[in-house]
This record gives sequence, structure tokens and C-alpha cells, in this order.
Amino acid sequence: MTEEADPKGTTTADGFRVLWVGVKREPTVFTIATLGAVLFGVLTVADAWVLGWSTQHVLIPAFETGEIGTDLLVWVFVLFMSVAILRAIGIVARRLGGGIMYYRMQSHTRRGVTRQYLALPMEWHQRHPTGQLLSNAYSDVEAAWSPIMPLPMALGTVVMMVVAVVQMFIADVVMAIVGLLVFPAVVVANLLYQRYASPLMTRAQGLRAEVSEIAHESFDGAMVVKTLGRETEETDRFRAKAQELRDVNIRAGRIRAIFDPALASLPGLGVLVVLAVGVSRVTTGATTAGDVVTVAYLLTIVSFPIRAIGWLLGEFPRSVVGYRRAKAVLDATGAMPYGPDELPRTEAGALLQVEDLHYSYDPDNPLLRGLDLEVRPGRTVALVGATASGKSTLTSLLSRLVDPDAGAIRLDGRDLRTLRKGELPRDVALVPQTAFMFDDTVRGNVTLGADVPDEEVWSALRTSQADGFVAALPDGLDTKLGERGTSLSGGQRQRLSLARALVRRPRLLILDDATSAVDPEVEARILASLRDDVHGAAASLLVVAYRKATISLADEVAHLEAGRIVGRGTHAELLESSPSYAHLVNAYEVEPEGTSVDAGRDNA
Amino acid sequence: MSTTAPTAASGTKMDSGEEIGAIATIRLGMKYSPELREGLGLTLVYAIIASCGQIVVPIAVQQTLDRGLNAPGGPRLDYVAWMGVLAAVAIGLTSWASYAMTRRLFTTSEHGLATLRTKAFRHVHDLPLLTQNTERRGALVSRVTTDVDQVSQFLVFGGLIFVVSIGQMLVATVLMIVYSWELAAVVWLAFLPLFLSIRWFQKKLSAAYTVVRHQVGVLLGAISEPVVGAAVVRSYGVEDRTQARIDTAIQDWQNAYTHAQTYTVTSFSLGGLSAGLANAGVLIIGVLLGFTGDMTPGKVLAFAFLVTLFVGPVQMGTQILTDAQNAISSWRRVLGILETPADLVDPGPDGEVLPRGPIDVRFADVTFSYPDGPPVLREVDLAIEAGTRVAIVGETGSGKSTFAKLLTRLMDPVDGAVLLDGVDVRRIEPRSLRRSVVLVPQEGFLFDDTIAANVRYGRLEATEGEIRESAVQLGVDEWLDALPRGLHTQVGQRGESLSAGERQLVALLRAHLADPDLLVLDEATSAVDPALEMQIGRALERLMQSRTSVTIAHRLSTAEGADEVIVVDKGRVVQRGPHSVLVTQEGSVYAGLHASWIAQHSQV
Repeated sequence: MTEEADPKGTTTADGFRVLWVGVKREPTVFTIATLGAVLFGVLTVADAWVLGWSTQHVLIPAFETGEIGTDLLVWVFVLFMSVAILRAIGIVARRLGGGIMYYRMQSHTRRGVTRQYLALPMEWHQRHPTGQLLSNAYSDVEAAWSPIMPLPMALGTVVMMVVAVVQMFIADVVMAIVGLLVFPAVVVANLLYQRYASPLMTRAQGLRAEVSEIAHESFDGAMVVKTLGRETEETDRFRAKAQELRDVNIRAGRIRAIFDPALASLPGLGVLVVLAVGVSRVTTGATTAGDVVTVAYLLTIVSFPIRAIGWLLGEFPRSVVGYRRAKAVLDATGAMPYGPDELPRTEAGALLQVEDLHYSYDPDNPLLRGLDLEVRPGRTVALVGATASGKSTLTSLLSRLVDPDAGAIRLDGRDLRTLRKGELPRDVALVPQTAFMFDDTVRGNVTLGADVPDEEVWSALRTSQADGFVAALPDGLDTKLGERGTSLSGGQRQRLSLARALVRRPRLLILDDATSAVDPEVEARILASLRDDVHGAAASLLVVAYRKATISLADEVAHLEAGRIVGRGTHAELLESSPSYAHLVNAYEVEPEGTSVDAGRDNA
Repeated sequence: MSTTAPTAASGTKMDSGEEIGAIATIRLGMKYSPELREGLGLTLVYAIIASCGQIVVPIAVQQTLDRGLNAPGGPRLDYVAWMGVLAAVAIGLTSWASYAMTRRLFTTSEHGLATLRTKAFRHVHDLPLLTQNTERRGALVSRVTTDVDQVSQFLVFGGLIFVVSIGQMLVATVLMIVYSWELAAVVWLAFLPLFLSIRWFQKKLSAAYTVVRHQVGVLLGAISEPVVGAAVVRSYGVEDRTQARIDTAIQDWQNAYTHAQTYTVTSFSLGGLSAGLANAGVLIIGVLLGFTGDMTPGKVLAFAFLVTLFVGPVQMGTQILTDAQNAISSWRRVLGILETPADLVDPGPDGEVLPRGPIDVRFADVTFSYPDGPPVLREVDLAIEAGTRVAIVGETGSGKSTFAKLLTRLMDPVDGAVLLDGVDVRRIEPRSLRRSVVLVPQEGFLFDDTIAANVRYGRLEATEGEIRESAVQLGVDEWLDALPRGLHTQVGQRGESLSAGERQLVALLRAHLADPDLLVLDEATSAVDPALEMQIGRALERLMQSRTSVTIAHRLSTAEGADEVIVVDKGRVVQRGPHSVLVTQEGSVYAGLHASWIAQHSQV
């Protein structure tokens, strides 16, 4: 995910480009915030004007004449307070507006990024670690929009500066020009800063993602780490990255340490120069002491805006990097294409046809090589094959998590790739080997948000033999399961995962060894009720299985070996015709010592 | 899961740190990151120089005006020049001190935070499994990533600058008092409402930002769902619902931040009002004081400059205080991890070291229950002789997996003790325990690396030759050789590029390489095909001859080969003995389990 720095354009230009995206997206809030900032800017300058006015019209005359009218003092108070109140309004508009815009832009981008996570194909997900994707959606987005907070202020101060500059010119042209030399100095300082800080910020943002990635993986595998006592090694792995990030941050910090004081000292130096020039002009009578005061004061005021602009520009390198990283997700292509076709609206089981299917993770070592398979409506086919023979891959292809390299999968005669989005999940349900639970209630995990009456949920739970433990949960169907259902056992998760498939009344149900974590008693009961249920609804069923009880449920067995279906027929036929099939499924009956266990073997 | 709890077992909830106060948080933070204290004195000296320097300009202005420009007998150019040089030197000194301060702050805080990050990471691994599971993974990750980043901002741009701001405020106050104590009083009076309201705002902000940090954790959890559960989300076509859940989390996050921002803004705008009041007051009272004689227009004007000097740090301080609440909330969350007791108490250096060789196991009246749950195991008392192969069987929910977790000290019993070689596991030195006892869980988590790297998790220094040798011993070498890149095959995130069965093979290989004296298998071959499972089973029998092994078995084929079978029902041991004996005990739990197993696996 490390993005190369864009060779074209400077960070400053890119930073403004990113901000422009934000301004176009949130014009109203931006306008309010900026107007607030302008109001703030103008009134800060007005403060100087009020001070000047009060000096000329109240202070000096009062000291010269030794008397003062109450009305004048009231005026001073009213002027200062009006300015202060209006300025407070400006502050509220600017900061609240800026904040709202900042949060909204983050939300917009996050919505976009997470939509991509949902749209991009599995193959993309397999290439991108979870920790990285979390970092893209959180830290990078936050970094991308971080200049929005100081933006209205910086813009407001531009106005403030213009007003201040105009006033300076009105007061004294020569002193104004001298004072304005501060600005080119600021620009130069900033360019130098961007140039040295940008590469470090890019590196830091990349390291942040790597730190997040290690943490995520390590916490995910916490049990393995614990049981093998590898806490120290994991900590070393994390520490190495954390320290790398630390060192980059320190290097970036040193550059910032030069930039900030340099920027802060420029207005002060400007004031000194103005004073020097001013004094000489006062002696020649070219200007008045009051004007020197005004210009010096205006420059002091300008020192804050210069810092504000500095803060804005200081955020640019991080922003540009974060934006590029988030944009890489937003621009990622390869979303699964969908066609216009629909499946017939019927309750009857679906017809599944697989023709000459090819698939490989590694071109040199194809996994599926010309696989043919058919599941006729309402029939049950058991898919049997050795570990790593490609059974799970086939189930992913059938539920279109991935598309084949060659060949076709057809449901009711329609190629899966021509189906409209949402058609397949409506009629086909896959129960994977490893059950995934959402951070939701039992009900939410079964219905996945579909409007299903509780009776149907309970019915599905009964079929999957999950009704007993669900009923025993403190809040029954409304019990929260916690992230990934960690409060449940593997077998309980599998049974909920099965109920999730059943409740949708799929026309094709694919079970990928979906009862491996359930023990024999329970499994037997599930299989028995599944047979009734499936046959009642006349759904087609493809089941990856090793157990003979499961296999015995099937009308037909397909034996997968070397990337093809090498044998089809009933269990008995295959036992007869295929020694490798017999070896695979009869393994439990062959005793290590070669002795038969008991006589209870043949009575089923 | 019931609400009537006897004694809660190990498994405290993750400390949110919410009850730690702001000052206490900083003090605690310093304790865990001692680097933050290092050289703080010198940094503070630089900070004081830097802040004193910022007072130079207005003094120069005032001096130049009063003694240079308005000197009796015409302007004194040499005086103005000297003052200018003096000010320029002061500005240089200020910038240098400011640079040194920022540089040091970056260095110490980044060092301190890298330490904090690493300590917190390590502590997560030291927490009991049950405690780890009380927090979402995404939220745990956020505590060692984004939360730490937030603290970094505060330490560099907040903490010390706040102290300095207070210093500047005090220096400005002293100067103001020197000029005129009456006007100084006026300024303080104007700011009194702001100062008084700060405590109230701090309370509100603290609460608001605690919500913010919580929402960040929720948001990360929501974002991780479509990433980790990508396959389920796709195969069930629930993209819209998942997106809706993420969108809710995004909106809640945005609302929390906006809410916090309104307090920040209100508090900040009060500062602006106070400044206006102060300016008006100084002018008016200054004029009035002029009539009593000890006030000059120059003094009033200089005082106006001093007010800006006072207002600057006040606004900076208010800003830091408000931002600090966000950082402090983050800091608290990180420290909250460290403050959560690693309640499987490490016996420390006094821990006993198990001698190598077969281990005998004893459960002495062991009772176990999950927090707030009914007992899972009740008064289990049994001994397993060194060097025997024991299978534990029972229905789902009978409590048999709990044996595995207690033996490997993933949890501690509520009552009674687990003894290995006569030593209570709680008194065994952790390294020794992990070396001697290895658990192979059902879902063997793999790290995103090669098979070789994952297997080496069992023994770090293992050579490729040794790994290969282990594979041959286990009988999985054929599978390994069939992989395109053999040991160098990348397993993908969480091992997802491999099938569930293959992941189990890697986990077994890893455990075998670890060469334990007590091997605990919890359904370790459930996803492997029967032929391979039997082959591995026979290999394990051979390999386990000089060690103790405890197998939690769903498949009775495993039990048949064990020296002894322990049957668990409803948390109690109900039968034990060799398979051949137990199976003949008619009407027993084991006989029932066996009959069901036979029914599933016999010929149809």
C-alpha cells in the first residue's frame, strides 16, 4: 500500500487540491466556517483600529486636556465589546464549522472506503491485511482531512492580513513595504519545510499501518501466542516497528522544531525593522509616532495569522500521504461484474451444472483442472476428497466468492456471471468450514437483518440443533454475541452458521464440512433433521463430507481427486469401483493394530 | 451464561481507565514511560527562555516609543538602534530555545510513547484469554495505535506548552503589576469568569471525549467486520446491511466528536469576550488613572501590548486544555490496559521449573465456571499417569474442552488445583510451562507468513531439515511436498490461503516441533480427511510413547486408540477406563456415544 510520492506537483499544491475536494463536498459548512474566520479576522484588525481610535480620540486628548467626557468612555466600552462579541460569534462559526466539516469529510471518505471494502472482490481482500485496511479507513482518512481544522482560520487570516496590510499602507507606505518583507520569508521557510518533511511523513504513515497490522494479527492469534509462550518474540516484532515509527517521527519532529520557531520569529523581526525605519521617518517628519505604533501593532497581530497558515501548511505532508493511501482504496478496481439475468422465482430446488472448471491460485500448480459436476433439483450430492484437494475452493466458486479461470458454473441454466447482483445470495447459501459471527444478537446473526418471524428463526435453530443452547442464553434470541462470537464454542458457532443458511430457505444449500466442530451425537441429530427439512423444501444440497452418515444422506457421491471429479455414483458403487475412494472413507474402520473393534460395525 | 454466579473465574473486564483523573493519568503515564521525565528540567529551562523571549518585542516597542521616540529633547537614534539590536539578539535566542525545546520534546515523548505502546502490547498478551475476549480486536488495536498517536500530539504540542503558557501568563501578570497594579487587577477581573468556568468545561469535555474514544473503538470494530468476514458478507449478499451498520458507527462517531467540539468552541469563545472586556477596561481605567497622575499615554499603550501578551497564552492554554481532554481520554485507555491485572498471576523468579520427561497430571477437586456462569466442571478429581495417552470424550457442552484450557493454564480453576508433576500450575514458571505443555486447538491460527515461519513458532531455532524430519515423522510430508512452494508457501492472513484441514496440519507440525512433554490436542484433526487423520493418529501414538498426551476427542476413532478414556458428562467425570471396557458397559454415556459414532461411520 506504500504509495510512491507523486512526481508531478509539490506537496503544497497537492495539499490544496485535497482541500479543494473537501470544499466542493461541503460548500455550506465551509462557507460558514470561512465567514466566521473572516469575521474573526476583520474584528481582530478592528481591535487594532479601536485601539488606535481610542488613542487618538480619547487617550491622547484626555492626557493633554486633563478631562474626559463620560460619553466617550461609554463609546470606548461599546466599541471594544461589540468587537469582542462579534468576534466570539466568528470563533463559534469558524471552529464549530471547521470541526463539523472535518468530521463530515472523514465520514464521507470512510463511507466510501468501507463501500469499497464491501464491493471489492475476495481476491483483493486476500492481498490486503486487515490491519492495513483498518489503518486506511481510520488513520489515513483522519490524516487526509487534518488540514480542514486550521483551514478556515488560515483563510480568515488571509482576509485579516489584507485588511491589516491595507491599514498599514494607509498609515505609512514605506513602513508597510518594509513590514511586508515578512511574507516572502514565510513562503520560503514553508517550501523548505515541505521538502524535508514530506518524505518522512509518508514513511510515518506507512509505518503506522504496519504497526496496526502487527497488532491486529498478533491480537487475533493471541491464543497461539499464549499457548506457545511466544509473548516475548511477538513483543520484539511489535517493538521493532514501533521504534522504527518512533525514529521517523523524531526526525520529522526535528524539522518541525526548526520550522515553527523560524516562522514565529519572522513577524518579531519585521516589527523591529519597522521600528527602526519608523523612528528615522519620525525624525525626518515623514510620519507620526502614532503611525509607527499602528504599523508595529498590526505586524504583531499578523504574527498569529502567519502561525495559523504555518499550522495549515504543516499538516499538508501528512494530509497528502493519508489522502493518497485512502484514494488507493477508493480507486481500486476489480469489483465483481454482474449481469442482468434473474433466477426463476420458485420454491423448487435449483439445478447446478459445472462444466470444465479450471481454477488455480498459482499458475504453475492448477488446483481444479476441468471439473464437471451436476446437482439436479432436489437432489443431494456428497463431495468427497482428500485434504487440500480443492473442495473448499469449489464451494467458493459455486457461491461466486471467486470466478473461475475457465469453464462455467450454471444455476438453472444461467451462468453465475450473468446474474444480477443479489440473485445468487437469495437462492444459494454456503455454510463455510469456519463459522463467522457478527458482533450482533443471536437473532441478527441468524436473520442477517432480514425480516423473519421468530418462529422461523427457532425452526432453523431446531434443525441445526442450536435451539437448546440459545434458549439457555440469558436473553435468548436477543443475547449479544460479542465480536466474532468469542463467547460461544466452535460447535455452537457452526450450528448458528447453519441456522443462518437454513432460515433463508435456499434453493441450493452448500455445506463445506460445516459440522466438523460438532460431536457425533449432535451431528447425527442435525443430519437427521436436515434430511427432513431439505427434502421437505426440496432444496438441492451439495455437502462436503467425510462421515459415512453424511454421505449416506446423499443421492449421489462425487469423488474429487487431482482437480477433477474422478468418480460419481452411489457410495456403494464408488466403494466398489474406486480403491482410492474406499481408502479415504473407510479409514476409521481400519484399525491400527489390524484388529476389529467390535461386532457393532455392521448393524446400521 | 446464567446470571446466578458462584465464584467468578479469571476473566476481569478490560479496564477502560475511565475512573482515572487527568492529573493522575499524567502521573501514571509518566510512571509507565519514564523517558518522559528524562531531561525535563533542561527542556523546561529552554521553554522558559523561549517564553521570556516573547516578551522582548513589546518591551522594545514600549522602550523605543517612550525613551527613544518621545525622548525629551527629540528622538534618540542611538538608543533606538541599541534596543533594536538587543531585541534581535533576544529573538534569536528565543528561536534557538524554542527549537531546542521542541526537538527535545519530540525525542522524549516519542521514546516514551514507543515504550508505552510496546508495554501495552505486551500486556495484552499477558492478559488472561477471557479478558482478551471481552474487548473487540479492533478496539484493542486502537489502544496501541490511534490512541497512542493522540497522546503524542498532546505531549509535543500540549503538555509543556501549557506549563509555559501559565508561565507566560504569570510573567505578563508580574509585568502588568509593575506597570500598574490597578490595570492588572482590571485584566484579571475581566478573565475571572473564564477561569472559573474552566473546571466545569473540563468535566464536560472529559465526559464528551470519553464517548469519542469509545466510538473510535466501535467504529474500528465495525470496519473490521466486512474485512474479516468478507466471505460471509458476500455469500449471503448482506453488503447493504453491513454497510448500514458501518454507517451507523460512522454517524455515532461523528456525533460524538461534534458534541465534544461544541464545548471546546464555547469555552474558547469565552476567552475572546474576556479579551474585549480587558481591552476596554484598560483603556477606560487607564484614562481615569491618568487624572490621578501616575499614568502616561505610553504606559497605557504598552499596557495594551501587555494585555495581548496575557491573552495569547490564556487562549493557548484554553485550547490546550480542551484538546488535552481528547489526549487524556486516549492516554487513559492505553493505561487502562496496563492497569488491568494480568490475573493469571505469574509466580515470577520463584516459579518452579518442570523437569523434562513425561509429566503426570492431577486434577485435585477442580471446579470451574466462567464469570457470571454456572459451573462447567464440578469437583473433578482425577490423576493421569506420566506417559499415558488419554482421550477425553463427552457431548458438546459437557465441559471437556475446559480440561484443555485448564491444563495449559489459559484459565485457572475457581476451586481446587491442577498439578503437573505434583506442582500446582499456578506456581510453575511460565516459560517452563509453555516449553513442557503444548496445546493444539481446533482452529489453529496461522500468521501471515510462510509455512516454515509458522512451524518455527514451535521451536524458533529449528532448521529446515528438522522441520522436514518432523513432517516425515507425522506423516504429512507428502502433503507438504505437493505444495507448489513447499515449506515456503505463504499461508495468507490467518492462514486463509490454506484449507481448514491444512491449517490443522501446520498447527500439528508446529506442536510436534515444540517437542512437549505433555501434548494437549483439542479436536486438532477435525477438518482433516479420515485417511490422513488416521495416519496422523497412528504417527502421534508412536511419537507420544515417551510423553503424556491428552486428547479432547469428538471422533471416537481417537478414543479407541487411547490407553484410557475419560468420559465427561455435565461437568463431571462419569466413566473412565480403556475403550474396550467402557464400550461394554451397557446404558453408559460412552456406550451411547459409541453407538452413535458407529451409526455414522458404518457401511450404508
